Amino acid sequence: MKLITVKRELSSPLLRFAAPFISVLVALFVAGFLLLAAGVNPAQAYLEMLQESLGSTYGLSETLVKTTPLIFASLGVSLAFRMQIWNIGAEGQIYMGACGATGVALFSGIENHAVMITAMFLAAFLLGGLWAGVAGVLRARWQVNEVIVTLLMNYIAILGVDYLIYGPWKDPKGFNFPLTAQFSDAARLTEFFDTRFHSGFFLALFCALIMYLFMERTVWGYEIKVIGSNPKAARYAGMRTGLAIFAVLFLSGAMAGIAGFGEVAGLQHRLQHGISPGYGYTAIIIAWLAKRSAIGVVIVSFLMGVLLVGGDSLQLSWQLPVAFVYAFQGLILFFLLASDCFMHNRLKLVRGERHV
Amino acid sequence: MHMTDLLQIQNIRKTFPGVVALDDVSLSIAPGEIHTLLGENGAGKSTLMNVLTGLYRPDRGELLFDGSPVHFSSPRDSLNIGIGMVHQHFMLVPAHTVFENILLALDGVANFFSRRKYKVKIQQVLDQFELDLDLDTPVWKLSIGAQQWIELIKLLVRDCRLLILDEPTAVLTPQESARLFQVLTRLRDQGKSVLFISHKMREVMEISDRVTVLKKGCSLVTLPRGEYDENRLASLMIGEDQIPMWIKPACKYEELALEIKNLSVRNDRGLADLDKFSMKLYRGQILGVAGVAGNGQKALAEVLTGLKEASSGRILAKGKDITNSTAKSSYIAGIAHIPEDRKSIGIAPDMTVDDNLIMKNFNSRAFRRWIFQDRAAIRKNATAKIDQFAIKAGPDGNPIRYLSGGNIQKVIIARELSEKPSVLVALYPTRGLDIGSAEYVHKVVIDGANQGMSTILISEDLDELLKLSDEIVVMFRGRLVGCVNPQTTTREEIGLLMSGEVQR
Ligand SMILES: Nc1ncnc2c1ncn2[C@@H]1O[C@H](COP(=O)(O)OP(=O)(O)OP(=O)(O)O)[C@@H](O)[C@H]1O
Ligand SMILES: [Mg+2]
Repeated sequence: MKLITVKRELSSPLLRFAAPFISVLVALFVAGFLLLAAGVNPAQAYLEMLQESLGSTYGLSETLVKTTPLIFASLGVSLAFRMQIWNIGAEGQIYMGACGATGVALFSGIENHAVMITAMFLAAFLLGGLWAGVAGVLRARWQVNEVIVTLLMNYIAILGVDYLIYGPWKDPKGFNFPLTAQFSDAARLTEFFDTRFHSGFFLALFCALIMYLFMERTVWGYEIKVIGSNPKAARYAGMRTGLAIFAVLFLSGAMAGIAGFGEVAGLQHRLQHGISPGYGYTAIIIAWLAKRSAIGVVIVSFLMGVLLVGGDSLQLSWQLPVAFVYAFQGLILFFLLASDCFMHNRLKLVRGERHV
Repeated sequence: MHMTDLLQIQNIRKTFPGVVALDDVSLSIAPGEIHTLLGENGAGKSTLMNVLTGLYRPDRGELLFDGSPVHFSSPRDSLNIGIGMVHQHFMLVPAHTVFENILLALDGVANFFSRRKYKVKIQQVLDQFELDLDLDTPVWKLSIGAQQWIELIKLLVRDCRLLILDEPTAVLTPQESARLFQVLTRLRDQGKSVLFISHKMREVMEISDRVTVLKKGCSLVTLPRGEYDENRLASLMIGEDQIPMWIKPACKYEELALEIKNLSVRNDRGLADLDKFSMKLYRGQILGVAGVAGNGQKALAEVLTGLKEASSGRILAKGKDITNSTAKSSYIAGIAHIPEDRKSIGIAPDMTVDDNLIMKNFNSRAFRRWIFQDRAAIRKNATAKIDQFAIKAGPDGNPIRYLSGGNIQKVIIARELSEKPSVLVALYPTRGLDIGSAEYVHKVVIDGANQGMSTILISEDLDELLKLSDEIVVMFRGRLVGCVNPQTTTREEIGLLMSGEVQR
C-alpha cells in the first residue's frame, strides 16, 4: 500500500473561492488544540478575541490602526506578485519609509501642516521605493534573485534605523531611550474619536482604490499582467521588461514605505525601535491570501488586524505568549499552501507493487 | 469488425465551464490498426485523447477495454492497462540523459542493479526499430524529432497496446515524419493499435486504416481505407463552409523593402546560427524560405524582429541601415512576427483572448484613452477578430490557455496581421491549423501582399511554399544555399538543396 498524489483536473471556481476560508477555519481548529494545551477553552478564547477586536469603539479603532499599515504593505507586496516578483522586503521598506518621514518631520522645519505631511509622505514614498528599487536594478540588470536581496536588505534597514535612534537622532531629552524627539503638531495625522485611529486608514483605502484602477484599467497594469503571465511573450511584444521590473519593485517598496509614514505620522509621532512588529512579513501572507485583488487585500488586512488585536487580548487575559499569534499566522499560511497543493492534486491509495 | 475491439468508446461527453468540448463521441479501435482522428480546430480531438489517457474524467459515457468497462482516475491507470500517449509538449528532463528519462517513465524502483537490465531492454527496442539514438546523450542536445522518439520509446518499453499521438508530425521534418510512419506501420503489423491525429491530409491518406471524423464534439462517421479520399474527408469536416478562394498576384520587384547583407548571428553556445546570410525582399513579395528546421530559420526571424542582435552584417530597410540605429525600434514596430514556438513566446497564457489580441498594440490610440485602457474598443476588436478568423474562443473572459492548439495559433495570426504590417515574418504559420483555417490564413497573406505587405514565409511544408511564394530560398546550416523559382522548380530539387548536398 502506498499513498500517492495524482494530478487533478480543473477544480471548480466555487472550491477555489472557498479554499482560503476553509484553510483559515482549519487553522482555527488546529490552533484550538494549542489553546487547549495551554489550558484555555478555545471557544471562549475565540469569542473573546472577537469581542476585544470588534465589540467596542476602542477595540474596533485598535483593529483599524493595525489594519492600516497592513493594507499599505500588502498592496505593495501583491503588486509585485502580479509580475511574479517576490518582494520579501516590505519590513525593511516600512522602516525606510518611517525613517524618511521622520527625517523630514524632525529637520525640515516646515510649519504648515499640509506641506509638512505631503513632504513626509513623499520622503517615505521615495525612500521605500529606492530601497526596493535596488533589488529591482540588480534583478533587471544582472538577474540577481530579488528574494534574497529584498530579504537581506531588511536587516540593513532595521539596523540602520537602530543606529539613528541610538545615535545621531536620539532625543536628548529622552532619558537615553532609543527614540527620537516627538514630532511637532504639523507633522501629525488627524486622530478621531479620542482614540489612536487616524486618517492614515482613509489614505490606505484610497491607495487600494488607486491600485485597483492601476492594475485593472491602465495600460501599465496590462503590461504588468502580461509580464507576470509570460515574460518571453512580453519581450516579443516589445515591452521593456527590465524597466517594468524596476518600476514595479519601486512602487512596491514605495507602498510599504507609506506604511512606515503612517506609523510615525499617525501613531507613534516619533521614530523608535521596533516601529513595525513584523507587518512586512504579515503582508506577504495577506498578499498571498488576497490572491491578486486590491479589494481582497483590504478585507484580509482587516481580518489580520482582528487577529492581531484579538491576540493581544489573549496575552493580557490568559497570559499567553505573543508567540501564539505568530504560531497562529504560521498555521494559516501552512494550511493555505496545503490547500493550494490539494487544489491541483488528489491523494490516492494504491495497492501493491506497480509493474513495469 | 469481427474481432473484439481493443477499445470501445461509447457516447462520451465532456464539458468545461461554458464549453461542450465533447458532446457525443463513439468509436472503436481494433487491434492492429492505425486509426486517425480528423476534425476542425476545437472539434475536441485533444480532449478525447485526454479522456482516454485518464487526464480528464468524462461527464458521461463508457470506455470498454478488451470488452470490459474501465474507469481511469489518473494517467497511471490508463498506462497500467496499456494505453500510452505521446504528448505534444514533451515531458522530459533536459539535463538528464535519454536513458535516465526513459527510466523515469518506468516508475518501478530502478536501483543500481536493475539499471543494467533496463538498459538492455531499451537497447533491444531501439535495435528492433532501427532507431539511431544514443542512450547516454543529455536530452537538451537532441532535436525535437529525437525527443519525440524518446516519448515513443517510453511507451514501447512499457508494452503499451494502444499508442496515442496528438499531432506528432507538427514538429517533425518531412524525413522524420516518414521515419515515424515506418515505425508506426511496423507496430501495427505487430498487432499494436495506434490512434493518430493530424491536420495534414497527405499523411492521413498515407497511413490510416480507418478515419473517424469529429465535428463540434460529435463523432460523425468512421470510414475504412478505400471509402474516403481527400475531398470526401474535407467536405465531411468542414461541411457547408466554403474554402476561401484567392488569386495570387505576381510580385512587381519595384521597391526594395528589406535587404540583408552578410548577416551573422551567434547562438548561446557561440556557434553560428546565421552565417553571412544575404537576401533581398521587395514590396508585396512573398519570399519562401525552405530548409530543415534548425538550420537558422529561427535566428533569421529573431534578428529581423529585434529579439536577437546580429554579430556582424547589416540590415537595410528601404535603403536605410537599421542594424544598430535608433530607427530600429520604429521599424520593428511595423513588423509582424508569427513565432515558431507559439505557446512559449506567442501568448500570455493566463490572460483572456481579448487581452492577447492586443498584446502587440495595447499602447495604440485605438485601445486607450490617456492612460486607461478602452475596454469597449478592446472587446469590439476581439469580437471582430474572433468572427473573422472563426476562432473558437469559449465563454467571454476565457483565459487563452484553455483554447485548442489550433485556435491559439489563430489568435496569434489574427493579432499579428491586424496592424497592416509592412513586413511579416511567419514561421510555420499554418502548423496545427485545419485545412479550412490554413486556406484562410493563406488568403489573408495574399491579400496583404496585394496591399504591399512583404512576407518572409518560413516553412517545411513544400506544398505551402510552392503555392504561395514568388521566390524560394533554401537555408542550410545558417547559409543561403539556393534560390529557385516556384513555377519552374521541382520538389526534388528543393529537397536536394535542403539536404545541403548541392548549392545553386
Ligand atoms: N481545460 C479546458 N478548459 C476549458 N475549455 C477547454 C479545455 N480544454 C479544451 N477546451 C475547449 O474544448 C474545445 C475542444 O478543444 P480540443 O483541444 O479538444 O480541440 P482539438 O480538436 O484538439 O483542436 P486543435 O485541432 O485546434 O488542436 C475547445 O473549444 C477548447 O476551447
Ligand atoms: Mg488539439
